[in-house]
Amino acid sequence: MRAGWSETERNMSESLKFHFDVNGSSFTSAGQASVQVKKSLRELGIPAEAIRRVSIAMYEGEINMVIHAHGGEADVIVYEDRIKIVLNDHGPGIPNIELAMKEGYSTAPDNIRSLGFGAGMGLPNMKRYTDEMTIETEIGKGTCITMWVNF
Amino acid sequence: MTVKELSELSGFSPVCLPEPEREIEGCYCGDLLSWVMGRASSGQAWITIMSNINIIAVATLCDTSVIILSEDVALDDGVLGTAEARGVNVLSTALPTYEAAKELSALI
Ligand SMILES: Nc1ncnc2c1ncn2[C@@H]1O[C@H](COP(=O)(O)OP(=O)(O)O)[C@@H](O)[C@H]1O
Ligand SMILES: [Mg+2]
Repeated sequence: MRAGWSETERNMSESLKFHFDVNGSSFTSAGQASVQVKKSLRELGIPAEAIRRVSIAMYEGEINMVIHAHGGEADVIVYEDRIKIVLNDHGPGIPNIELAMKEGYSTAPDNIRSLGFGAGMGLPNMKRYTDEMTIETEIGKGTCITMWVNF
Repeated sequence: MTVKELSELSGFSPVCLPEPEREIEGCYCGDLLSWVMGRASSGQAWITIMSNINIIAVATLCDTSVIILSEDVALDDGVLGTAEARGVNVLSTALPTYEAAKELSALI
């Protein structure tokens, strides 16, 4: 049994859920959800490497929702031995997933690049740091990315 | 070497030190945040010329021991408060990134 995860918390439910609204209008709050999740997972005693993978993948997804999709929602569900991250937005959708997944491919504008983003590494990083990643997207409707990290 | 010790040496000056006793364990240099996110590791000093608010999230998530702003880069407005609130150490130096890393490498 993991340290820090009390009997009560375990018995309350099979899984623990975190929900965040990701504000698409400002960069100031971007990353807040990921930072909060990192903190919570630490308190739960999740292994450090899993926390690192979850927070990197989630941060990239959060930033993408801000840059490319006017914000959205992030849900993190903690199971016994794995973590699920669901990022949902109502942005423009991704026309060509294969292209978007290529390292270096980015449609980010120059003002975003000057902030150190838009390197086209986000989706590849998300894939690399998770055990499973699926992208569901519809042009004009939005994008839903589901990621799993096992530990 | 701790972050506080580094901040007391000539060439490096403290910008904000909420966690002064953190030990510097290695160093990572880079300005592309996605790249840094995937590669910087816990305890390292991170040398960068980026100064916008997002560096605080990256430093928090990577758990770097200190952000060192090279080339006399100053923090953007409001970033300082966030750094303090999140417990992120920030130093600055007039040195370019390479020189700063070289200097640091001789010290740690
Ligand atoms: N949530 C999203 N909604 C719409 N387009 C997206 C979304 N996430 C990523 N994209 C598209 O995929 C491209 C690649 O994403 P990514 O690898 O994160 O690189 P970057 O964000 O640096 O451009 C983006 O430039 C954008 O065109
Ligand atoms: Mg991205």
